[in-house]
Formats: sequence, C-alpha cells, structure tokens
Amino acid sequence: MLSKDEIDKIKRAREEWEEKSVSKTISRFPERKPKFATDSGIVVKRVYTPEDLQGQDYLNDIGFPGEYPYTRGVQPTMYRGRFWTMRQYAGFGDAEESNVRYKYLLSQGQTGLSIAFDLPTQIGYDSDHPLAEGEVGKVGVAISSLADMEVLFDGIPLDKVSTSMTINAPAAILLAMYIAVAEKQGVPMDKLDGTIQNDILKEYVARGTYIFPPAPSMRLITDIFEFCSKNVPNWNTISISGYHIREAGATAVQEVAFTLADGIAYVDAAIKAGLDVDEFAPRLSFFFNAHNNLFQEVAKFRAARRLWAKIMKERFNAKNPKSWQLRFHTQTGGSTLTAQQPDNNIVRVTLQALEAVLGGTQSLHTNSRDEALSLPTEDSVRIALRTQQIIAYESGAADTVDPLAGSYYVEALTDEIEKRAMEYIKKIDDLGGAPKAIEKGYIQKEIQDAAYEYQKAVESGEIVVVGMNKFQIEEEPPKNLLKVDPAVAEKQKARLARLKSERDNNRVKEALSGVEKAAKGEENLMPYIIEAVKAYATLGEVCDVLRSVFGVYQESVIL
Amino acid sequence: MDRPIRVLVAKPGLDGHDRGAKVIARAFRDAGMEVIYTGLRQTPEQIVEAAIQEDVDVVALSILSGAHNTLLPKVVQLLKEKGAGDKLVVGGGVIPPDDIPYLKSQGIAEIFTPGTPTSESIEFIKSHVRVEA
Repeated sequence: MLSKDEIDKIKRAREEWEEKSVSKTISRFPERKPKFATDSGIVVKRVYTPEDLQGQDYLNDIGFPGEYPYTRGVQPTMYRGRFWTMRQYAGFGDAEESNVRYKYLLSQGQTGLSIAFDLPTQIGYDSDHPLAEGEVGKVGVAISSLADMEVLFDGIPLDKVSTSMTINAPAAILLAMYIAVAEKQGVPMDKLDGTIQNDILKEYVARGTYIFPPAPSMRLITDIFEFCSKNVPNWNTISISGYHIREAGATAVQEVAFTLADGIAYVDAAIKAGLDVDEFAPRLSFFFNAHNNLFQEVAKFRAARRLWAKIMKERFNAKNPKSWQLRFHTQTGGSTLTAQQPDNNIVRVTLQALEAVLGGTQSLHTNSRDEALSLPTEDSVRIALRTQQIIAYESGAADTVDPLAGSYYVEALTDEIEKRAMEYIKKIDDLGGAPKAIEKGYIQKEIQDAAYEYQKAVESGEIVVVGMNKFQIEEEPPKNLLKVDPAVAEKQKARLARLKSERDNNRVKEALSGVEKAAKGEENLMPYIIEAVKAYATLGEVCDVLRSVFGVYQESVIL
Repeated sequence: MDRPIRVLVAKPGLDGHDRGAKVIARAFRDAGMEVIYTGLRQTPEQIVEAAIQEDVDVVALSILSGAHNTLLPKVVQLLKEKGAGDKLVVGGGVIPPDDIPYLKSQGIAEIFTPGTPTSESIEFIKSHVRVEA
C-alpha cells in the first residue's frame, strides 16, 4: 500500500493529465458514450490508479491463494497443480442414449460427468404421468427408477468419476439411486465423489422446478446434509446457484447477493436443525454464471469468494478453514447466446470460459454454439469442450494463480461488487432472510426489473448484441439440429410397466410406508428413501408419498 | 371507441424459464394491452379455461421445454372445441426453425424465437387483432 503522500502525488498528476491531455483529446474526439457502466450499474472510469486502492490492505483483503479471505483462490497452487474439472452438462432421451454420450465425453478428455434430467424427473413425475406428455427425454435424460439409473451409469465406474446432478426438489431420491447403483458396482458410499444441486430457494425465484413448500423442502435439504456428513463425506451436498438467477435477468451484483443470501438461509436452517456448522459447511458448493463483461465477471468471482469467507467466519463463527472456502462451478451464460449467426457464440463462450478460469473456478461447463436453437449436437459439444482445453493447454492463463490481482480496475471492481452485494444481503436480512424475501416477492421483483431494463436497452440499441441488433445478415435456417427421438416416451412407458410387474410389490409398499412414516415424523428421511429406491419404487411413487405428507408449493405470480 | 387488447400470457409445459414470459407480459402492458399471466406449468386445459374466463383476444404461449409440438397445437384444438377458436394464438421460446411450419399448420399464428424485439410481437398482435367495443 502506498503512503498518503504518494497517493496525493498520483492524484495531482492525474488531475493535471485530465485537465491537459484528456480534455484536449475529448474536445476533438468525444468519447463513445457520456457514461460507461457495467450491467450492474457500476460506473466504469476512464482509468484506474493506485488512488482506487486506497485503504486496501494486501495481506488482509487480498492475501495468498488458499488462505483467508481467499480472494485469490481456494487452493495454494490452483491450476498449476491440476486444471479445473471440465464438466459438460449433458443428457437427453433415455438412459441408454445418455450413457453413450457420457462415455463419448469421457473418451474425449472430459474429467467429470454432469447429468441433465428431463423435466418430469426434475419435478417428481414418472415418464408415464399425464403431465409428462411431450416432455420425456427432452431437456435431459428420463429417470423414473433405479432400473433407469443402472443403465445410465452402465460401464462407468463410480469410484473413478465425479458426478454432478442437476436435481433439486427430488435430490434426495436421485442421490439415493446413485448410492444404490454404486453399491451394485461394489463402490461404498464413502468413496463417492460428486454434487447434487439441491438448491430449492433459487427454484422458487428463478428456475421453477419446485415441488414442495419451503419448510419441508428445507427439511429434506438438512436431512441430506446430515446423512452425507456421516456417510458420504466427499459429496457436495448442495450447489447454491446464482447461475439461474443471472439467467432470469439479474445483474452480476444481484447474482452474488441473492446466491449468498440463499447460502446464509441454508446454513441457518442446518444450524437450527441441530448440526454443527463445521460438520456440513465444508461440503457446501456454489454455482455461478459467466456473462460477457470480462473484468466485471472476474471481479465477481473474487468478490463472492471473499464475502462468503467473511460470512462464514464472522457471522457463523465457523472454525474449519474448509467452511470458509467458496468452491464453485461455472457455466457460461446461456442467455447471452444468439440464435442469429450461431457460430459467433463460440467466441462469446471463449471469453466467458476465460473469465471463469481467471476467476478461479473449480469446474466449468462451456455452452455449445447452437443452444439458442435446440439441444446441442455432438459436434457443437466437442467444440465447447475444446474451448476449455485450448484455454487450459495453450493460453497460459492457468500458469499463475489469480493473474488479474493487482489490476487497479479489477481490484476496484472486486471491492465495489462486494460492497453492493453486502448492501443487498443487509436488505434481505431486514426482510427476515432469503425465504421471507422470496415469500414477499422481493427477490423476484428485483430480478424481473433488471430483466426488463436489459430488454429495453437491447431494443433501444443502447446495448449491442452482435449479429442480433447490429451487424445482422440474411441467414439460411440452421441445419442438423439435434432431435430427440419421440419414441423415447413410449419406450419409457413400456419399461415402467415391465418394472412394476417384475418387482416385489410388497417390498415396495412397505418401503413407501416407511418413507411416509419418516416424512410425518422427525427422523432423517435418507435411509428410508434409499430402501425405497432399492426396492425399485419409482421416483413418482416416492414423490407422491412426500406430496401427500408435505403438500405442494403454489407459485405467487408477480408481474 | 376501441377497448384495449386483452392478452393471456401462459406457460404450458413443465419448464420454469419465465424470464421471456414476464418480459413480454410487461412489454404488452406498456404497449397499452391488458395482460393476465398464468404462472408456470399450465396444462392446455387450464390455459384454455383461463382464456375463456378472462375473455382474452390473444393467447401468447411461452415454452422452452421442447414440448411445443405436443402442447401448442393442443391449446388451439381445445380452444376450437370450446367455441373459442377465434382467439389469436402466438408462441415464443427456444423453438427450432424446422418445427415452425408444423406449428403454423396447426393454427398457431406466429412463432417468435430468441432475439425477436418485443416491438415486433406487439406490432404483430396489433395488426392481427380487431377489437370492437
């Protein structure tokens, strides 16, 4: 840190520079806009200098990688030891088809699996449910029972891969199926490595695949925390997600604020359920977005990491350094992709992936160029994976830890995002915490307002989207998009009918009444759910039991 | 005197992507229309019932789940069965270009894909709905 005298000297020199050089230049060549700002409304100055870092204390505020407050990263050596996990979110059709895609991705150098489930699975309906009509296998793989899950992971050794499952409301059931498949492979629970998303709060505000009301949903989540801390110690029990909040229209600051506010709510709930913070907090993980503003996004990751460390240490008095570390997955921004000139999306994804790497992500999904049009083809997915590999192996960006630290601009942005996110978190605390703020519609309204402002700015041309509202061309409609075989639904229905006739239906009935009893009482639900899925009770059957005990969530529509 | 155009913005299918539905609902409202938004996970039956009850001129369906070929034609068909086949039905979302001719043949008047300015959808509705007091 510079002395006050030195800062004053810089300040005087800057003012002189502005008076002489800058005003002379501007009088002849005006700047492109009267005001420059990020999408979070942070005003961007012409230049940043040491003045902007006044009051910053390197050792306390920035520090070293792997040390509190983790501004520079959660591990001491970061990518010099091992690259981030390259994890492409994938799944479509039935379990057989998705199994083929996973094996392909692993053969191409992908290092972890990320399972996309179809919508019926995500909201607890079997493939033969009337509401599943037209939806089976569309946005992910259809999993209705352990039998499907066995096919999904056939030939994939679960002690060798880490698996991330994007599943929320029925997360306990899918985790139970994963544990059961592993057991059949001879892999014990304590050797399993992976993540369930299990983040219900953001479903209420941004993603929409909720089933149960908040209170029983939070109970399911804390049951999972407790069960895993004892039995599946390497499992990330939740992935607290800003990704979908950002996709729904939030700014970068809101993404950090609402995600960490959700995180606070989960920690509160678990402590209230009687768990010790250092027992479960080390297994909390996060999931962020990477949109287009390069430096803002890098600063966002750094700010989130520092803020969470402070929250865990100061607010929750966590003692274990692992409880302070914000570990996160990143996905590039789906809503930034254009249907127009889709190959341009490869460039957007490259920038966004670079941000995640410069921001110290633990794992990364890069979107495919054709995702504004349909599910990605195998070719597109390969290019997206290659994008990560080029950044890893060719760009040099992974050779030193936190390379943008010390940039006056990036450090100033990091401070500003942290400050603004903290203000939001205070506001949410005043409303009674994230669940209350959601109930009141506060978070939804903030996101919707930001989304609408963005849309208006795009339509007025204030925000330029290349190929969409500027530099357009006449285009042929795209060809070779992926189509999901409509026969999948029929195949799934037949498979379910066969399962129900072949399984031991008495054992199913008994196991389901065990789930019901536990749901009505206070015992941990996980062992009962595991017994039910092992008996080949279907996802829909288990969820129906829980629906009958817990009730279902009714969305409050806010416009 | 003309009365405002009444629009039902609805989300058929199971997906929770309501950013587009909510943005378009507000844009319609700012353009002087009366807007009712259904919320998520509406079945074609629920949508048609709401459209008739609210006596809307337009049913705007937003879907990103991939189930559009199943659900959108079903809304049109049910509207016809209930004697409400005169309502203008439009759709929006991630809908592959290959599917659009089929949807139009099933009575969906227009499909708006990602990147469409809201002004374009508003213009389309204004030029296709005749409102009489």
